[in-house]
Amino acid sequence: MPVIAPFDCDAFVVAAAFIGDKTAFALGDGTVRLVGAGDETIRLHKGALLAACPAPDGRLIVTGGDDGRVLTLDASGEIAEIAEKPRKWIDILAVAPQGAIAYASGRTAWVKQANGTEKEFAISRAIGGIAFAPKGLRLAIARYDGASLYWVNVDAPPQELAWKGAHAAIAFSPDGKYLVTTMQENALHGWRLADQQDMRMTGYPAKVKSMHFSAKGKYLATSGANAAILWPFFGKTGPMGQQPLQLGARSDALVSVVACHPSEDVVAIGYQDGMVLAARFQDGAEVLLKRPGNAPISTLAWHTAGGRLAYGSEEGEAGIITLTD
Amino acid sequence: MSATPAGTDAKIPVTVLTGYLGAGKTTLMNRILTENHGTRYAVIVNEFGEIGIDNDLLVESDEEIFEMNNGCICCTVRGDLIRTVENLMKRKGTFDAILVETTGVADPAPVAQTFFMDEDVRDKARLDAVVTVVDCRHVLKRLEDTTEAEDQIAFADVILLNKTDLVTAEELKAVEERIHSINPYAVLHRTERCAIDLANVLNRGAFDLDRILSLDPQFLEAHDHDHECGPDCDHDHHHHHHGHDHHDHDHGHHHDTHSVRSISLTAKDLDPQVFFRWISEVTQIQGPNILRLKGIMAFKDDPQRYVVQGVHMIIEGDHQRDWKAGEERLSRLVFIGRDLDEAALRTGLKACEA
Repeated sequence: MPVIAPFDCDAFVVAAAFIGDKTAFALGDGTVRLVGAGDETIRLHKGALLAACPAPDGRLIVTGGDDGRVLTLDASGEIAEIAEKPRKWIDILAVAPQGAIAYASGRTAWVKQANGTEKEFAISRAIGGIAFAPKGLRLAIARYDGASLYWVNVDAPPQELAWKGAHAAIAFSPDGKYLVTTMQENALHGWRLADQQDMRMTGYPAKVKSMHFSAKGKYLATSGANAAILWPFFGKTGPMGQQPLQLGARSDALVSVVACHPSEDVVAIGYQDGMVLAARFQDGAEVLLKRPGNAPISTLAWHTAGGRLAYGSEEGEAGIITLTD
Repeated sequence: MSATPAGTDAKIPVTVLTGYLGAGKTTLMNRILTENHGTRYAVIVNEFGEIGIDNDLLVESDEEIFEMNNGCICCTVRGDLIRTVENLMKRKGTFDAILVETTGVADPAPVAQTFFMDEDVRDKARLDAVVTVVDCRHVLKRLEDTTEAEDQIAFADVILLNKTDLVTAEELKAVEERIHSINPYAVLHRTERCAIDLANVLNRGAFDLDRILSLDPQFLEAHDHDHECGPDCDHDHHHHHHGHDHHDHDHGHHHDTHSVRSISLTAKDLDPQVFFRWISEVTQIQGPNILRLKGIMAFKDDPQRYVVQGVHMIIEGDHQRDWKAGEERLSRLVFIGRDLDEAALRTGLKACEA
């Protein structure tokens, strides 16, 4: 039976993350609540906290705010400033495996290297999302009418991937072969990078706001429907011509967030009514992890060891679910 | 009385401020930000420029027009606005309303459409009113030169006729008549330096359809004997009758130089199926020419009023409230747009009667 430790917060939970021996809930009111041995709320941003993501080494959470600052916080509560862009709202973040941090606002993205140098990438249209390739050497920027792929350390024009429309979130498959974006329309778009073959994944009743590749990259789990939609990315052609898995189907609520388990073929699914469940790819078996609440689930994060799942909602419900066999 | 259906009151009201360059938008904005009206505004501007206010909820947003991949040429939204509203929702509770300032030359359609077309924005926010500031000295010239100025007037729920101190009474009258001929449904306020009781501008319960549709532009004009007839004027005023009869155009020939007009239609109880088929066909085919569309519908055997509103090809509707005892069950529909075939629309709506 799953055991829930609730930590109700009084603000939109932008992101949850396990950092060091603590769990961090990054909140829209500009604070981060750190729970573990103790429970403290630390103010990071003067106004709102708009984006947050954990560093891959699991020691830090990186945050961006409407005060133009990019900050990191560790489990001891220590804050470090990565950048300050006065009057910009930093609402897009990405972290590379070796510690480079990318942040974006409007039509500009920046990368702060681990050695402290900052590089600017100016785009002619709005940036919807950024992602580092698995090795961290390339930066993909989702933008209006496509995506741009830069080598972080090389001053060269980007490789442009064209597809009409506004592209938002962006993700590389773990093997680096595919690049996928969510779109303003209720659809995903993907490119097979070897030959720039376009892939269009449609049929969603709502915008896709959350997507996450499974541990070995076999599936891409997505929100935006009344079930978690998992597109197969194995085989030569990826999802093309394939039917996706539909897990955790419900008749009365749409999926708002998905998070794949760090090692197993299992996905955690958060719904618009605040419910959370886990579903297994192989047979679709479901486990209810949290009953419906008062607001859409806004974030889900697995502990790297897999036994714990942190969640948060748009109205401040938050907690840690411990799974036992 | 607002046209938004019950249960949507939790949505954040949005006021859109338009107006040609130099009309006085910034003056109005500064007034809204400094006066003590008890409402906390998150303000989205194009550039910080002359906004002399330090407000941590003031955000600069570069206009980003997104075309939608649905094959509809007029389905454009403001991508930056979608993002900004989404970001603002992360600090819900720290503000009560949103104010969006558009650039002077902006087409108001994408801004308005954002609040209908984007599902996330529509869930969280509702368009309260489009407020257009007009410079009385220059507006007639602007209307000759540009379509944007005309669009801004056509889209408005509230119009501030600003800088009235800089024109003569006759000039002001000409301006008012011209504006009225484009959009007889907007509420006009004469101002100097945008001095106005902000209650007239903010939280208007926006698409206050009852007010808009109970206005009878013909009636108002009939009391003003040396007025210029609005292009929608089809009253039986002996010397002004034109309606569908285009041979009787003996007045104000400059009407022909501008194209935006409004058409007000009424009908008895409608068959909803026939109406929805008709209105979606009308908006599909004539959408590019329809700037705004508003209506209250009476459907046969339906105790509730059904309200519709639209921008170009987008139309949305919902039940509003019960028809009150003693209230006349009348379907009323207003189109503001270019090159609209009034006779066809009138016949079309009539054909939807149950």
